[in-house]
Formats: sequence, C-alpha cells, structure tokens
Amino acid sequence: MPVIEINNLTKDYEVGFWRKQKVRALDGLSLTVQPHQIFGFLGANGAGKTTTLKLLMRLIFPTAGSARILDRDISDVSMHARIGYLPESPYFYDYLTAREFLNYCGELFGLDTSVRNARTEELLTRVNLDQKSWDRQLRKFSKGMLQRVGLAQALVNDPEIVFLDEPMSGLDPVGRREVRDLIAALRDEGKTVFMCSHILSDIEVLCDSVAILKGGRVARSGSLEELRAQETNAIEIIATGADSSALKQVLSAKAEVTSTPSGIRIEVADEKDVDSVIAALRKIGGKLVSVQPVRQSLEDLFV
Amino acid sequence: MSNHTSVATSTSIIGSSTCVLLIARNAFREAVRDRVLYNLVLFVLLLTAGAIFLGELSAGQETKIIIDLGLSAMLLFGVFIAIFVGVGLVYKEIERRTLYAILAKPIGRGQFLLGKYLGLCLTLLVNVIIMGAGVSLALIYIRRGWDPLAIKIWPAIMLIYFELMIITGVALLFSTFSSPALSALLTFFVFVIGHFSADLKSLSSTSNQVAARLVFRALYYLLPNLTTYSVITPAAHGSSPDMQSIILAVAYTIVYSIVLLAVATLIFSRRNFK
Ligand SMILES: Nc1ncnc2c1ncn2[C@@H]1O[C@H](COP(=O)(O)OP(=O)(O)O)[C@@H](O)[C@H]1O
Ligand SMILES: [Mg+2]
Repeated sequence: MPVIEINNLTKDYEVGFWRKQKVRALDGLSLTVQPHQIFGFLGANGAGKTTTLKLLMRLIFPTAGSARILDRDISDVSMHARIGYLPESPYFYDYLTAREFLNYCGELFGLDTSVRNARTEELLTRVNLDQKSWDRQLRKFSKGMLQRVGLAQALVNDPEIVFLDEPMSGLDPVGRREVRDLIAALRDEGKTVFMCSHILSDIEVLCDSVAILKGGRVARSGSLEELRAQETNAIEIIATGADSSALKQVLSAKAEVTSTPSGIRIEVADEKDVDSVIAALRKIGGKLVSVQPVRQSLEDLFV
Repeated sequence: MSNHTSVATSTSIIGSSTCVLLIARNAFREAVRDRVLYNLVLFVLLLTAGAIFLGELSAGQETKIIIDLGLSAMLLFGVFIAIFVGVGLVYKEIERRTLYAILAKPIGRGQFLLGKYLGLCLTLLVNVIIMGAGVSLALIYIRRGWDPLAIKIWPAIMLIYFELMIITGVALLFSTFSSPALSALLTFFVFVIGHFSADLKSLSSTSNQVAARLVFRALYYLLPNLTTYSVITPAAHGSSPDMQSIILAVAYTIVYSIVLLAVATLIFSRRNFK
C-alpha cells in the first residue's frame, strides 16, 4: 500500500506581466512511493522537483491531476499533522531564536510544553546545530545553519513521511555526511523519506528507489539496481599498433571502432564479443592497452 | 459513529482556535521585536512638548488642546502602523517564504490570515492603551490634580481603536492581491474617503450624471463609514459618546471586519505562492 500516490499531476505557471503565457512545469506526473523507504526524486535544475513538492504541500494548486498522501487527498491539510516538510533554501522568522522557532512549530502541532522543550533540544542536537546558536536569532544564521534548523522543524511532530527539498544544499562536506546519516537513520526508525536532489551522488548512496524527472515527466523510475540494470553492458577496448580501417573491416558489425589520440577505441555491446575482438586484434598485430566496462552513469539519464 | 465525528469536529475546532491564537501571538512578538512599539517614544515626546508649551499658554483651553492633540496623534500613529504593518503581514511571509514551513503544518490559510490579523490588532491595542494612559496622565499633570476627563476620554479612545481594526482589515484585504505600495495607497484612500462618508451619500443623490451617482452610491455602501468613530472633537469638549452609539460602533466594527476577513480569506485561499 503506497503512502504517496501522484496521479497525472500537471502544473502550468503563468509568466509575463502584460501578455500572460503558460509554462508547463509538470506534465502529467504519476508515481507512487512505498512506505519505510527513502525515495529519491532526481532531476536537473528546472525539472520540476520543487514544483511537485509545493503542489503536495498545497502551497500551489495543480492545473490538472491529483495526489494522495497517507491515503488522504492533499486538499485535506489535517493530514499535515503526520508529515514534515523542508522547503528549498529555507528561510524562517528571523526575529526568533532557533529554540523559539522549534517551540513555535511544536505548539502549532499541539505538543505539550514538556514534550516540546525536550523535542526541541533533542532535534537541535540531532541536526548538529552548535549549542551556542540555540538562543541566537535566526537572522544571524548562515545558510547551512538554516538548513539544519529546517531539518529539525520538519521532524518536530515525529512525522510518518518527511519531504525534503534539496536537503544537502548549503552544507559543507562534513554537513552533507551528517545529513546523509540522519536521513538513513530516519528510515531505520520506520519513516518514509521523499527527497529531491539534483546531485546523483547524494541520492545514490541513500535511496531505495528513485524517479528521474526530466522536463516535468518521469524519465525513469525503479530501484537503483533496476535503473543500473538498464545501463549498458558495453565494453570498451583500447588498443595500439593496429590499423583502424583494417580492424573495422575484420570486425564489421560486431563493434564500433574509432581512432583516438591514445589509440584505437573499440566498443562492443556485449561482453561475449570481447574475446573475438582481441583475437582479431592479435591477428593484425595490434597491442592491447585496456579492457573495461563503459560506465553510463545515472547522471547521463537526466542531463 | 456520528458521535465520533462530532467529537472529532469539536476538538478540531478547539485546536484550530488555538492555532489562530498562536499565530496571533507570534505576529505580536514580531511587531514588538521589529520595534513597532517604539512609536510610543515619539508619542510621549510629542505629548510632553505639548504639555510644556501649554503650561506657558494656560488660557483655560489646555485640557481641550491636550485631548485634541493626544487623540489625533493616537489615531494617526495607529493608522500609520495599521497600514504599514498591515500590508506587510502576509506579503512579507510570501516574499521571504517563511510561510512555506508554516502552511505545511496542519493549519488552514484562513486560520493563518485570522491569526495575523488578530496579532496586529493586539499590537494596536497595546499601543492605544499606553497612549491613552499617556493622555490621561498629561491631563492630570496639567490640572495639577485629578480631572474627570482622564476617565471620560476612554470611550472615545475605544472608538479610535475600532477604527484602527477596520483599517487593519482593509490593509490586509488589499495585501492579499496587490503589492505593499499599492495596498498602502489604497488603504490610505479608504481611510480618507471613509471620513467623508456623509459627503459620498449626498453626492450620490445630488450628482448630475447617473453614472457618477451610481459610483458614489457604490462607494458609499462599499467603503467603511469611518464618521462613526469620529469623536475626537466632542471628546476634546468633554463629552463622551453615548451608550447607543458605542454599541452601534461595536456592532459595525464586528460585521465589517468579518466581511473584510471573509473576502481576504477567499482570495488568499486561492493563491499560488511563488
Ligand atoms: N513561480 C514560478 N513562475 C514561473 N515559472 C516557474 C515558477 N516556479 C518554477 N517555474 C518553472 O518551472 C520549472 C520547474 O521548476 P522547479 O520546480 O523549481 O524545478 P526544480 O526544483 O526541479 O529545479 C522551471 O522551468 C521553472 O523555471
Ligand atoms: Mg528545486
């Protein structure tokens, strides 16, 4: 039973002041997310990730389509009691301290004072915000510190699903590692995490399943292994000392031969052809330099 | 089953009014930390200067002038705050995207708007009470002793506060669909024209052109009638509004504010936040 179901979600933005034009940011997006996993929503800048999250959070309204979270329509905001949301490059009330802001969020969820105070300290510790900053106004916070406060406020109500829009942005390498560990821990606690990112490496190490968004549509989706399986099995062979046109004649359809400054590059679609290529190479006096799989990374799928 | 639903509904109503109050308290906290109440310093300086100047004058008119000066300044400072804080209440939250995280909590947009409105009303209430106390003290100071006017001005102060509530609602309504600068301008027009409500009415019957008459009539019915609250001059002459006109003003304020907030909510609930 999926916890998030998105059905044909479409969003047109109106741009231009005088002559309004419509720009389609999301184009019939459909996907489902299963519980207790980390779902990666991957796409280049402008692919429509933030738009999707804003639609789900009811900050903007869809042109067409619908979505359900925890089996309730997104128009039912009482469901928000069970979810958390970290907006993209978050900004919060700068006249409040970190502690006051988290307390305020806790109050909005109806938490009792004692629970709230404990939760606030627990979360500020958990997101590794330096204790000296807890009672400083947010106007003095750096982007990375705000990102940490943002993560903490998304967890105040101990949510079942957490929506994170670019959770690693604005963080240094140590911060990224910490946030990565935090997200993994959330899954271990049984939560579902829906995270957006345009950086593959952030998603790659964390996510159980992934959807790759391209131009407002899902280009690929599935578990990381499934997506990897769709990658090519091609093998690249580099050789020197052979005539590339002669080699081309011998191999004909089996392989793609190109000459490069470092030698001849032979690409075969399947591993089983490697032996015959090497045999042919030997025959015409070529020298083998290297044999290696062609890495078409997931990154190639969305850029 | 139906019992269950009614319980759920009633708790969610209690919960929702708590949320409104929380948002109101936070809006008040924002106003205080953004030094909105610093205008009180200016007000006290003005009043002190006036009192000292009047001490030199002492023509038997001092109380009249100090009430006139004090209450007019109270109204103008209040309108200034209502307009300039009011038009930014929602706009600033959208522009800085601070409301993203808040609306992702179980809070309706109507609750958010109402909370913001009540927060500014609370700020204005504190402001008006402190200013009113200042005027009362100034009266006692000038008289070198107790003056019954120190109490008698308070119904007039209450009416000034009601007028500020209306202006706040107007500013909030405009800011749900237009820029702060335009909203401030429009609210200021409403404030000025609202004080000429009687003239609008007479224009709507005496104007030569039918179209003009219709426009004047529409404005008369649409814009708040702020003459209801204009009691500064009578107050300066030592007369306070009677019970009936106070009750009328209270009822008018409540009804008009509810309409303003309902329309504002209707517009705000349909907005896409960029
Ligand atoms: N408020 C807006 N008005 C007009 N166009 C927008 C607005 N927000 C986003 N877009 C456009 O919608 C597309 C998707 O944007 P977005 O959802 O922010 O992408 P992502 O988060 O994947 O980088 C982009 O082409 C962007 O220019
Ligand atoms: Mg984005």
